[in-house]
Amino acid sequence: MDIDLITNVFYAMVRTGTPLLIVALGELVCEKSGVLNLGQEGMMLMGAVMGFIVTLTTGSLILGFMMAIIAGMVMSMMFAAIALGLNANQVATGLALTIFGTGLSAFIGAAYVGVPITGLEPIAIPLLSEIPIIGKMLFAQDLIVYLSFVLFALVYWFFKHSRLGLIVKAVGENPHAANAIGLPVMKTRYLAVAFGGGMAGLAGGYLSLAYTPLWAENMSAGRGWIALALVVFATWRAERVILGAYLFGLASILNLVAQGLGYPVSPNLLAMMPYAATVLVLVMISSNVRKSRMYTPMWLGKPFHPHG
Amino acid sequence: MFLKLQPRGEASLAMSYFSPLLAGILTLLTGGVFFASLGHNPIDALAIFLIAPVSDLYGFAELCVKAAPIMLCAIGLSLTFRAQVWNIGAEGQLLMGGLTASAVALQLINVEAFWVMPVVLISGMIGGALWGLLAAWLRNSFNANEILTTIMFNYIALYILLYFVHGSLKDPEGYGFPESALFGDSALLPILLEDTRLHIGILLAMFAVVAAWVFLSRSFLGFQIKVLGLDSNAAKLSGFKHKRLVLLVMLISGALAGLAGAGEVTGPIGQLIPSISPGYGYAAIIVAFLGRLHPIGIFFASLLMALIYMGGELAQIELKLPLAVTSLFQGMLLFYLLACDVFINFKVKLKNTKPDFKTEHA
Repeated sequence: MDIDLITNVFYAMVRTGTPLLIVALGELVCEKSGVLNLGQEGMMLMGAVMGFIVTLTTGSLILGFMMAIIAGMVMSMMFAAIALGLNANQVATGLALTIFGTGLSAFIGAAYVGVPITGLEPIAIPLLSEIPIIGKMLFAQDLIVYLSFVLFALVYWFFKHSRLGLIVKAVGENPHAANAIGLPVMKTRYLAVAFGGGMAGLAGGYLSLAYTPLWAENMSAGRGWIALALVVFATWRAERVILGAYLFGLASILNLVAQGLGYPVSPNLLAMMPYAATVLVLVMISSNVRKSRMYTPMWLGKPFHPHG
Repeated sequence: MFLKLQPRGEASLAMSYFSPLLAGILTLLTGGVFFASLGHNPIDALAIFLIAPVSDLYGFAELCVKAAPIMLCAIGLSLTFRAQVWNIGAEGQLLMGGLTASAVALQLINVEAFWVMPVVLISGMIGGALWGLLAAWLRNSFNANEILTTIMFNYIALYILLYFVHGSLKDPEGYGFPESALFGDSALLPILLEDTRLHIGILLAMFAVVAAWVFLSRSFLGFQIKVLGLDSNAAKLSGFKHKRLVLLVMLISGALAGLAGAGEVTGPIGQLIPSISPGYGYAAIIVAFLGRLHPIGIFFASLLMALIYMGGELAQIELKLPLAVTSLFQGMLLFYLLACDVFINFKVKLKNTKPDFKTEHA
């Protein structure tokens, strides 16, 4: 392998891992508060389509990304209204959100399939991006990738050092105890779900505005689900989410690597890799029951009714 | 919020039957508003969506053709959901069933014998069952979350199918199209009604409905599954073998979804093509909930879901709407159902405006 190939593989790995990182960070915060939202895929798709339409009509990428975030948040509030407001089963409600979001995004976006736009361009930071191998990976990316670094640092800091992070964790570990000492359980959960929705929307926007600047039905291709597995893989720790996201990014670009090296492998078998890797990783992490229990938020997915 | 939820203490049975009905009505109303906002007359549009598709015998036959695979998948899913196993993988199990059935049907393409069709269907069931058992084994032995593994297996199954339909199962005389050769006549499901596509799949599905009903209400294993769903601690204390039940429900569910896939390739399609299911496996999840996990309920919910599929196709032609209107209605229906289900366990009351220490957290 020559050095150019390695540099480019690292670059593509971070670029491909970025949408996964963003969704997974959002879901991490959501799950830490005890809420399991399986609707990531639906929120991502809505973010992708709404962001795309706004950018196409206004010509502004910033407005597009903002719309993507808003779309994800609105979707997440539909989930919250039913799963939190009405105490419905979180698994089923999340599934409903994914089915609904997939349908709605395909419906809204039907007229926009295949329309090209100018996507977000990378910005190479002078000097730093010249560093061999890691320069291009870390310092020649687009703005959303840089933003994802910041978001990672924020979430990491939030849970390690902030009082609010502690409240979120308390609410996820034992909402009854948190409620008893006067913490606003439901408000915290609504906010955590909204944050998760905004992040999923942003990740969706990244797909349609930067990663492959166009809209296609179902373009998130299971990334929302992979992100859910990533959170399990990361045993609910931000520093492992970023590691996992890039590992999955690498698994997703194996076909490019294989092409680059001239191996004739079936594209369909290579396209399977990220999903197969997800199963493998889940099996490896979950089989250590004691360890995975230690980090799982105790109240994850269970409804909480203050007087129930 | 001016409303608050008050627990009923005991689940309301009446509400659990009323809730799907209410959800259906709310979906209709929202659908009407939705069509009106797109500039269509809501009544006419809903008629095109829900009545026109079944206004003749051919439409009714198509309804059964579409309901059969949904019904088979949903019956299987209802067993897993009852046992608290979140099998989201009916779609993948259906695809694997279709793939293995196709592989066998292509091997027997020139054989003319009565046993060809049953052999093809059974291989489809085996393919689906093995795919389901894989997830069950990973859950039992490695504690791997079945929601995520079955979803991943859906994607993996699709790529395996694509690999074969672009590869060794491709028709060598098919001018390079990713399609298999047409199956031999003895592998195809017999047609029930002339000049329609109605095949015996609907009978197989109805048989599964009856069998599931008997299984749940008359057998000890069915009883164990019910108890497991109602109270997993009680099931553990009674010494039910939990892992064995997980394997069993995933085996049945996978086999039924596999049969649905086999029925698609040997029924309306007649060969292996890249897309053999328009998301029947996902629609079956909604059907299982809508039918209250009960075989009879699932029977009717499957017909409704099939109608939504047909309505979406007709709306595409008549109203020039994107086909995605189908999944839009499906998602809406499930949302409303989950929202209405709140009445099963809670009474909704107007909130007391006077300061009351009980309401401060609601």
